[in-house]
Amino acid sequence: MKLYVTEISKYVIALFLFLYTLEAFMAFRFRTEKKRKGIYIRQIIFMFAVQLACFVQIIARTGKARYLFFFAFQIIVFASVLMLFYVIYPEANRLIINNSCMLLMIGMIILTRLSYDKAVKQFFIITASFIIGFFVPEAVFRFNFVKKFTYVFAAIGIVAIGVVLLLGAVTNGSKITYTLGGITFQPSEVVKIVFLFFMAGALYESDNIWLLFINSIIAAAHVIILVLSKDLGSALIFFVIYLAMIYIATENIGYLAIGLGFGALASAFAYKLFSHIQVRVQAWIDPFADIEKTGYQLSQSLFGISCGSWFGLGLYGGAPQSIPFVEQDFIFSAIAEEMGIIFAVLMALICVSSFVAIMQEGYFLRDKYYRLVVCGIGVAYIFQTFLTIGGGCKFIPLTGVTLPLVSYGGTSVFVTIIMMMIVEGICMIRTDERYVAIEKMQRRKAARKRTEDKADT
Amino acid sequence: MNEDMIKEEVGTAKESAGKKAGKKKTKKIRSYPIIVLTAFYGLLFGTMLIYICNYSYRNKQVLLNNNYNTRQQILANQNTRGSIVSRDGDLLAYSEAGEDGKDKRVYPYNEEFAHVVGYASNGKSGLEALTNYYLINTSADLSEKVEYDLEGKKYPGDNVITSLDVKLQEVAFNALAARKGAIVVSDPKTGQILAMVSKPDFDPNKIQEEWERLINDTSGNAMLVNRATQGLYPPGSTFKIVTSLAYLRDHPDEIDSYRYSCNGRFTHEDESISCFHGESHGSVDFYTSFAKSCNSSYANMGLNISRSTFNKTLDDLMFNQDIPVSLSHSTSTAIYDKDTTSASVMQLSIGQGTTGVSPIHMNLITSAIANDGVLMKPYLVTEIKAADGKTVKSYSPEKYKKLMTEEEAETLTQMMIQVVESGTGTKLKGQSYTAAGKTGSAEFNTSTSDSHAWFTGFAPAEDPEICVTIIVENAGSGGSYAVPIAKRIFDAYFGVD
Repeated sequence: MKLYVTEISKYVIALFLFLYTLEAFMAFRFRTEKKRKGIYIRQIIFMFAVQLACFVQIIARTGKARYLFFFAFQIIVFASVLMLFYVIYPEANRLIINNSCMLLMIGMIILTRLSYDKAVKQFFIITASFIIGFFVPEAVFRFNFVKKFTYVFAAIGIVAIGVVLLLGAVTNGSKITYTLGGITFQPSEVVKIVFLFFMAGALYESDNIWLLFINSIIAAAHVIILVLSKDLGSALIFFVIYLAMIYIATENIGYLAIGLGFGALASAFAYKLFSHIQVRVQAWIDPFADIEKTGYQLSQSLFGISCGSWFGLGLYGGAPQSIPFVEQDFIFSAIAEEMGIIFAVLMALICVSSFVAIMQEGYFLRDKYYRLVVCGIGVAYIFQTFLTIGGGCKFIPLTGVTLPLVSYGGTSVFVTIIMMMIVEGICMIRTDERYVAIEKMQRRKAARKRTEDKADT
Repeated sequence: MNEDMIKEEVGTAKESAGKKAGKKKTKKIRSYPIIVLTAFYGLLFGTMLIYICNYSYRNKQVLLNNNYNTRQQILANQNTRGSIVSRDGDLLAYSEAGEDGKDKRVYPYNEEFAHVVGYASNGKSGLEALTNYYLINTSADLSEKVEYDLEGKKYPGDNVITSLDVKLQEVAFNALAARKGAIVVSDPKTGQILAMVSKPDFDPNKIQEEWERLINDTSGNAMLVNRATQGLYPPGSTFKIVTSLAYLRDHPDEIDSYRYSCNGRFTHEDESISCFHGESHGSVDFYTSFAKSCNSSYANMGLNISRSTFNKTLDDLMFNQDIPVSLSHSTSTAIYDKDTTSASVMQLSIGQGTTGVSPIHMNLITSAIANDGVLMKPYLVTEIKAADGKTVKSYSPEKYKKLMTEEEAETLTQMMIQVVESGTGTKLKGQSYTAAGKTGSAEFNTSTSDSHAWFTGFAPAEDPEICVTIIVENAGSGGSYAVPIAKRIFDAYFGVD
């Protein structure tokens, strides 16, 4: 009986996630939230169906009642988030919030399987992040004076990551965390948001070449501090945000080309300079050559991904714990192993769906400042996702960043939820723009009608 | 993010505005960079996800077989290792539930199949390594699994059906007796390996107990090495097949007019080559040179073959390159570059010097001759079956490469028939089947006249069914020591008592 449950649930899980992903892309056929309503409702049904099937599998395999309570709490939190969000912000983009909840749920499922304690901790952080996050869209909508804070943001960013470089704790050879008041956090994650606002503020008004130059130097300072902290993943993400935002602001592909060329040069230089980068590149080219040491993580990750086959070994069926740092950097491999490659690929596609939705918001926005912020968030999100998935499957060298919303890690999940909420706030600005536009049009029409009426009389 | 959407957006704006304000033209694209970036990351993800699927699917078996992959243990705890079975269904290896709860691997034929079937503890070798993926996985249906669960038993792993023939293996094993050496028996038309023996051997049933002794052995016996695939021997006169083919290609019109007067020794630029035991063969033509295995004549021929033709022939016959054998194997070497002296060319022509060939490679060349020049891809596993008999995967004969033309294969066959009729292989003459082959007595030590006895050939010559390659280390001449073994194998195959 147990076997039937675990085997059949594998296919059920993949099927529901497939349906969910399908809807996540079907949504792009319709432009208005009103027309997407049916899609959103179906998405929510599939979302909870995936969660239910996974927990059935977890409980069937472990036979522990505590998972039942944990499951119940998760349902309550996610259901309230989805419902409250709809009530408070009916004008916001629900596709992004649905996708985020789906990814968080997947993260919770695999974390529950990997480490119950970590899952519970993560669950509290998610809940707290949403409580704080609910204020963010309103704040973004109201506080448009942030546009003036450009250099304040630059200062905050550089100081925050500079402090880590000087005083931070060393984890796995890189300085990325800082403990303040008993809470350990990763400032580079938070500074990401500050950096986005700095870049947007610096670029939205003028494309004066000198200003561009000065701002590039400030951005480079961020990247260099991160490289010196040996936080390569974040350094790359900052650099890519910088490039994307310059490109969007200037609409000049030349700047992108120069930036990429410069980035390639800097990478080659860094490769020559830092032995830990060489080690990573070697491990990427052939992880099996030095399988006992430098290639161990990646080999184990590849074993996991391939072992799962299309539908996975089932939760608790594989050995994802054999991958070091599986909860942070290799969560994708753990998911592929136990829930199947199909599931993992669908999950990655959900990330792409969120990304496209974010970029679409940016595209239709008239306010250039917020367009830059929203597109910066989109690029930051998708690039980080790319780094972690690509690194774990030997597509690109390993950089050691987390999979946003899915991986274990308080700062990362908090920052990503806040970023999504900023996007939602900006969605409201766009909707507002549309109302203003419509109003203007109506007024114009009314005026025309009046003149016509006059002419008639 | 395309024009449609934009139009739609405009459309909805119009809708909301009500009435017909549709005179306005379609709006311009608002921001190319956003479209470019979105498309770029979309493509990047598409490529990456295809890469993941492709990589993990293609490398599934290799990755699972990696010794550092702990997932093998999960499967071992869940499934009983499958059996390896002969072509007639005899068990060659199977697992038995031991008293301590651990499975015990049993090899009913003890040493007989030691190298080809291999062992599964202290690492893996032979078919146990090659088919490990199937042996540890199960294709049992869900309902069957439930039954096994209820009985408290492990699921049965899949079984591997091989092309190995117990009878031929037994004959080959006994014929080699206490000598060192190797035998490969194959079907030239399908590429199936029928028997593979390597000696000295070991008992795979006792591999764990004897492991220390086996790996610390310093006598040079190398019991664990499968000489049939991993051994590299000087080919001696069997290499004259290669030299003949090169000569045929270089001098196609001079074959019938070729004459050489042998006085037991050939000298060129102060270097000389002697015939076996200094025998003088008198006046020989192309065919007799081969049948009598006249070294002097072949040294003469070798010097007359252009380097490019010789190298092309070596290339076609897969020397100095990987051969299509799935068991771990060595790469045969035969060098003729611009630095090769004429003395070395003479040595090469008679398969001496630095030339080294694995028995399986010699068997592949012979099979190709027997099969009109076409080499069939050699294989050992014909089918993977689930425990309930349902086929999981089956393998069929596959053409690998054309090594030579049909005419060349026919000429070589005729030459090999003459070896049996009137040459060094007459111990095979006058049977109910017509055999064809080439003997070899390869000297491996310059200071003594000791030689490895070789025979490679097939039968029936007119429609070959079986191809045999034999090497007996340090035995003497191929005609006296290897040919009788071939006869025993042919007799067993054709049912002659």
